[in-house]
Amino acid sequence: MNKIWLIMQREFLNRVQKKSFLIATILVPLIFPAVIGLMVLIFVKQEQSAGKTIVEVLDESGRMNLEDNDKFDFISIQGNLDQAKTAYMHTNDFALLYIPSFELNQPEGMTLYTRENPSIRKIDDLESILEKRLQDLKLEQFNIDKETLKSLRASISLKSVNLSDTGEEKDSNTGMLYILGFVLGVLIYMFVLIYGMQIMLGVIEEKTSKIVEVIVSSVKPFQLMMGKILGIASVGLLQFSIWAVLISVLSTATLNFFDLKMPQQQAMEQVMNQVNDPEMAEAMQQNNQVFEVLKSVNEIPYLYIVFNFAFYFLGGYLLYGALFAAVGSAVDSQQEAQQFTFPITLPLIIAYFGLFMFILNDPNSTASFWFSIIPFTSPVAMVGRLGYDPPLWQLILSQVLLVGGFIFTTWIAGRIYRVGILMHGTKVNYKVLAKWFMMKN
Amino acid sequence: MIALSAKNVTKRYTNHLALDEVTLQVPERSIYGLLGPNGAGKTTFIRIINQIINADQGEITIFNEPLQEKHIGRIGYLPEERGLYKKLKVGEQLLYLAQLKGMSRAEALEKLKVWLTRFEIKDWWNKKVEDLSKGMAQKVQFISTVLHEPKLVILDEPFSGFDPVNAQLITEEILAMRDKGATIIFSTHRMETVEELCDHIALINKSKKILEGPKKTIKDAYKSNTFKVEHKGLIRLSDEKYEVQDQHLLEENLYHSTIRIRGTASPNQLIQDLINQTEIHGFVEKIPTMSEIFISLVKEEAVV
Repeated sequence: MNKIWLIMQREFLNRVQKKSFLIATILVPLIFPAVIGLMVLIFVKQEQSAGKTIVEVLDESGRMNLEDNDKFDFISIQGNLDQAKTAYMHTNDFALLYIPSFELNQPEGMTLYTRENPSIRKIDDLESILEKRLQDLKLEQFNIDKETLKSLRASISLKSVNLSDTGEEKDSNTGMLYILGFVLGVLIYMFVLIYGMQIMLGVIEEKTSKIVEVIVSSVKPFQLMMGKILGIASVGLLQFSIWAVLISVLSTATLNFFDLKMPQQQAMEQVMNQVNDPEMAEAMQQNNQVFEVLKSVNEIPYLYIVFNFAFYFLGGYLLYGALFAAVGSAVDSQQEAQQFTFPITLPLIIAYFGLFMFILNDPNSTASFWFSIIPFTSPVAMVGRLGYDPPLWQLILSQVLLVGGFIFTTWIAGRIYRVGILMHGTKVNYKVLAKWFMMKN
Repeated sequence: MIALSAKNVTKRYTNHLALDEVTLQVPERSIYGLLGPNGAGKTTFIRIINQIINADQGEITIFNEPLQEKHIGRIGYLPEERGLYKKLKVGEQLLYLAQLKGMSRAEALEKLKVWLTRFEIKDWWNKKVEDLSKGMAQKVQFISTVLHEPKLVILDEPFSGFDPVNAQLITEEILAMRDKGATIIFSTHRMETVEELCDHIALINKSKKILEGPKKTIKDAYKSNTFKVEHKGLIRLSDEKYEVQDQHLLEENLYHSTIRIRGTASPNQLIQDLINQTEIHGFVEKIPTMSEIFISLVKEEAVV
């Protein structure tokens, strides 16, 4: 145990003392928001500068009467199609829409002529405008006047409220939860991959520099492997904590700069305002600390999410880290490692896709359940579900299985590792790995 | 006392037998040469002593105790394939390796100062290993092998990569350790080293130990009663008593002959027989070198 601790310390210090660690730790929290901000800026600029799209309309039926809206300007033109086409080629207009005379029941032959391939979004928008207009025409056919038409249209936006077991109503902000699940899931995916790779590279380095034979004459291969895995895990946790602190400090600072307030602060000020009695207000101010604590208890989901995120990060990392260590031990170079890293990362990639396809869209579906139970996918999947308040039994089951999962992979990896690190120049395939695994001590 | 004793040690890999019932005894305070061609099983044996791998069968005792994990700190091991952490500084590296052997940091620091001074490499403390030359790195690795003052030192090809000056330095250190009570096991192909340093020898070939004992005894056993003589003028000896294996001219009328005594005649008898015929300029018994014994035994095995 003492030796695992020594190795862990060494691995930790080796990495933390590197300049690259310092740079990554400080820059990432700055770069990420900067990149996102920049993208949003560009997007907004583009939308603004884009202006309206001009579409020439040659309406032979004379019935469509398309109205301009905030996206499109429709210019009505006359003449036959060939003339219109030639005229269109001399303009900068986006498209030429040709509407032949048609039967209301069978509207056919509408054609959009463009110089470039139009985006699907624009086509969709145009189609829905045309469909709406056709619908209106049909309704008019049944002598329904415009006023009635207007009143037929209803516009609602669903307010979603979760009913908890205790019957308490909670506003659920689905959009927010989606983003939360997305960010947490992707974070776990990236952390496991990046730090898993670091384990593998570390093992390969020890193997190729031949130091490993000296080390294993002092410690058991399993101790070396565990020390390395845990050492890198602590680097990851440190880096993550620094990021969390930096990001929250930075975002608070930024929000303050723009004179916006964090939700907690707003809530607190509301409470303060409600207390009209100045004495009471003063008392409350004095009890501020108590208030803070009480408030944080009220906000248990944050604690709950942070705790569970840390759990799944560690669990997923340990599960995959052991496998990465085994791969590193089996090969002589990074290139050789590729044939083995793909099958290892495959479940992780599947989990990543599962996150987008099932979990975020329908966190309580059967697919989501299985994704968040199976240890190879649960770190990404369950973290994606955390915001949606998964049933406690599922959470516990998933965590127990994850612990079992990493004990299992560590056991397998340990058996391959102890043989692999001493083998040089062997051509390794799965059969060889199986043989090493079976080899008695 | 016996420093290390192996009894019927066997190690089997899937396709071949790496060690076949190897039994040997390394006396305390000896310099013990473990010889054998490539692939004979020396490294496997050394790895078993270092508890890197376990034997399938057999017993190993070290200073009369069955080999256990606690003995790791009493063994120093210099593998043939040298290696250190390239990015780690010399000082940190040596401290780390010493701690893995069970030393406290403070103790390791104190001993390191002595060694670095003795090897005149004190100013390397903050250098990264990747900035050192190969020979310099070897020195660092040698220190890491012996820093914890092991009672049993296992050196696999210790002189490869050293220049003559440093090789001499290492030789002196090895002898000094032996004088202080350590036992040294050498695994090597370099027969000069064996001739010069080893007092005991074991020869392993094709997974089996085929020879073991004190160097002198082995050499005596392989003497063939052959003598090298330098003399004036040609000689003629009775074929019954002697076999003249070779006779060639060195310089003007000075000949060199290799003569083997067939019967029970003593060397003095041979000299007497020679004096009658010629003027003797040199007379020396032809003692087989370790290299010759090694080659003849390994070849013999190959024929069988």
